[in-house]
Amino acid sequence: MVSERANCGPNCRLGDDVSGPRFSKFRVTPVCDLRLARPCFPTKTFPHTEPFQCTMDVRKKLAILADAAKYDASCASSGSKSTRPDSLIGSTEGMGICHSYTPDGRCVSLLKILLTNYCIYDCQYCVNRISSDTRRARFTVDEVVDLTLEFYRRNYIEGLFLSSGIIQTSDYTMEQLIAVAKKLRVEHHYGGYIHLKTIPNAADGLIDEAGRWADRLSVNIELPTEQDLVQLAPEKKKPQIEQAMQGIRGKIDEYKHEVKAGFQPPRFAPAGQSTQMIVGATKTPDVEILRTASSLYTQQRLRRVYYSAYSPIPHADARLPGQSPPLVREHRLYQADWLMRFYGFDASEIVTEADQNLSLEMDPKLAWAIANRHFFPVDINRASREELLRIPGIGVRSVDRILKLRRLQKVATSDLKKLRIAWKRAKSFIQTGDHNPGLADLDKLDLGRRIRPQTQQLLLFDAASSAFSGEV
Amino acid sequence: MHFVEVNSFDQWRSEARRLIVQKVAPPEIHWATASAQPSLFDAGLSAQAEALAESPPPPSSTFTVPHAFVSLAREVACHRDTVRWELLYRTLWRLLHSEYQLLKRVTDDDVHALAQMRKAVSRDVHKMKAFVRFRKVSDDREGDTYVAWHRPDHQIVRLAAPFFARRFNDMNWSILTPDESVVWEQGKLTYGPGVPASEAPHEDALEGLWRTYYASIFNPARIKDATMKREMPVRHWKTLPEASLIDDLLRRAPARVDEMIANSEGISQTAMRFMPTELSLDKLRLAAGSCQACPLHGPATQTVFGQGNPDAKLMIIGEQPGDREDIVGEPFVGPAGQVLDAALLKVGIDRKEVYLTNVVKHFKFIESEPTGGPQRGKRRLHKKPDSREIFACRPWLEAEIAAVRPDTIVCLGATPSQAIFGRDFRLTSQRGKLLTTEWCQRTLATWHPAAILRMPDETRRERMRDELTEDLRTAVQVQAG
Repeated sequence: MVSERANCGPNCRLGDDVSGPRFSKFRVTPVCDLRLARPCFPTKTFPHTEPFQCTMDVRKKLAILADAAKYDASCASSGSKSTRPDSLIGSTEGMGICHSYTPDGRCVSLLKILLTNYCIYDCQYCVNRISSDTRRARFTVDEVVDLTLEFYRRNYIEGLFLSSGIIQTSDYTMEQLIAVAKKLRVEHHYGGYIHLKTIPNAADGLIDEAGRWADRLSVNIELPTEQDLVQLAPEKKKPQIEQAMQGIRGKIDEYKHEVKAGFQPPRFAPAGQSTQMIVGATKTPDVEILRTASSLYTQQRLRRVYYSAYSPIPHADARLPGQSPPLVREHRLYQADWLMRFYGFDASEIVTEADQNLSLEMDPKLAWAIANRHFFPVDINRASREELLRIPGIGVRSVDRILKLRRLQKVATSDLKKLRIAWKRAKSFIQTGDHNPGLADLDKLDLGRRIRPQTQQLLLFDAASSAFSGEV
Repeated sequence: MHFVEVNSFDQWRSEARRLIVQKVAPPEIHWATASAQPSLFDAGLSAQAEALAESPPPPSSTFTVPHAFVSLAREVACHRDTVRWELLYRTLWRLLHSEYQLLKRVTDDDVHALAQMRKAVSRDVHKMKAFVRFRKVSDDREGDTYVAWHRPDHQIVRLAAPFFARRFNDMNWSILTPDESVVWEQGKLTYGPGVPASEAPHEDALEGLWRTYYASIFNPARIKDATMKREMPVRHWKTLPEASLIDDLLRRAPARVDEMIANSEGISQTAMRFMPTELSLDKLRLAAGSCQACPLHGPATQTVFGQGNPDAKLMIIGEQPGDREDIVGEPFVGPAGQVLDAALLKVGIDRKEVYLTNVVKHFKFIESEPTGGPQRGKRRLHKKPDSREIFACRPWLEAEIAAVRPDTIVCLGATPSQAIFGRDFRLTSQRGKLLTTEWCQRTLATWHPAAILRMPDETRRERMRDELTEDLRTAVQVQAG
């Protein structure tokens, strides 16, 4: 196909100028733009850390501070529906873009870094806790601004996700994060995505300002229950974390309210707020995790709760058991999360297992269907939207397509197969306009074994993409 | 039979318009893409078709189709499969022949096939937005320009270009593909012919930093390379600077994880292991005597547990025992203890009425080099306990507070203050203020007597001494009131 003649449409301004290579005259700039050996001036030294290497260059800092940030699962760059006015570089158009993928199956969408990994806290699960022997570094505000812009201009990233260890005080740390965002917006007219992590206990005025420059704010709830926090992050308190979220929610509501009333207030976190929970570091069962998530969605109106399987970290604290991250569990929690948000499921009904955890063998919707067989079969041509959403293997988009289609015609088995639903899972639960032989299995005792995916390996392949697309 | 050759949506539209007006049924047309391998019957017809396409349709020929069809056709036209022209025409024909609702029948074979094609095109557009990698080149006359070479699956340059124009508004950039190229200069998009990969710049100095980032953000404990390959198809790897790292990252991952799991650091236990069942002060003191929760028990002489009135209203917490305390086995009996005693005396507090203890119960020290002076041998110099030791020893302090249940707690110095108030407590700004903590209604932080002794400046030293006295007075006054 490469040999095809150029596709010159009516708008082509180059006309028939197909002679000679037009782009070969450029030469590559040999020098990198970033000032690679800028000294850094620590305001304070901390125990358990190497003395500052004042010659540490940006590359070394980037390696340390990206490494330190990788345990944060949040990657979304979506949610801001329009680009900020007066932007010269960068855009946000609602949908996020994943610019790359690493071999862990996670996308690279934002430049996800810490401003510094020095921290005064001692959270056991965290590689940056004060008692860790990990290498430390600190970016200057200008270095982060330069890196963001240079990466952005080359289309490597959608924007910046900036977090930080806590240095000096919460307020000081927050001010540093704000300085980066403000400089990008005001001095460089940058209109791309910015996600700032808010520091617990930072002053109200600082949160206000952070929301003004950022698209999304987040406060990490870290662990699902108060008890878990006491055990692993004794210096973080759940009421404080919730208060911070409440504060952000209040400001977001206020902003929306003013917009509705016809004013044009300065933007406040147009992409909302999110949080992250570490899963598997304590014995808390899934049902508790989902309850916490559910209350965060309803009370704090979070856009997303991220579940991050506890992953072994370098310089791990000896108090935590070394283990591989429970990836399937993480995947099941994302599926359950989607069921709560888009499928009308309640946190307490999703978990059907006796031990209060989600089934690892099958997805939560299928597990629910098998435990609630009296609900089925669902007549695809008559059932309400809510009932259709409960059928395993059929996602929200398919349900909406079915609803549109059945106004025009009777939906038959062959129609469903074309709708990209997981027919193998769905077939035993639905009554179609014609004969559906799969329905005969509904009353069989071994239904679960018949329709769940056969190997563990398959599960792992499925996990990541489904975790982020949410198709259950 | 009609032979029609088109290669863009606009050409197809004018051809289709003409054929619909002439009432030519779909099976009577053979569609071909203009630049595809000519079929037996195509020869010589394309020029004629193009000539026809240019001429405007006669006015009697207007007819309307659903808006959704036009936008669908516009996207499907970018697909590479030649069958798209035929499929579009058949769908158009059906729409105009009593099947006006056709597009809503999403399971109709033609509609379904078109939807699949549209999906492939929009996925390709999305991937182009994601995988284009600009390389910065300098042109002395025109300033910096960013150039990318990308190989999309379909002919989508014109669908994707407006996005890049919005996003990289203040840059001059070009995106080159084998089919078509696009240039953004001075606020204008200009399309040109395709360009081979060899014409694009081959490197950018920043790619090293980008690779550093990519390698560092990868978590070797979670390998899901199938997901990566599905979302970032291998055929695009050639133009992604970071992709060259993937093999190596995957190969080294298992060893890195094993290493992380094998190497933990810190102290795996706390004093909880040594807690007695009965939590009275006497039993606690006895049990603490054999505490080995942290390595400090090794070099230290003995555990220095808290001491004083078991029903004390005032509890004073220091950092850790010093050289003298370590030998005697009692808290605050060295030089710092004397400073504290003097301050207590001034305020009128009897030391016996108070409960005195430390955050860490063993002396932590380093030995100085032997000196030749009158003091022969090594001296033991105080060393600040680290957070692991504080954490390990913490249960003793918590048990003491629970047993004594004081009305007021006074923390001497930064270490006990941060243990009680939290890590972000600042002694310099919050000293002397009565605050409520989870441990006690009235909690206050002040200077450690040892810090006063170490202060070289005399006026400053005296002021700190006064402040210590004042703070103790505050603590007691409130206690009385």
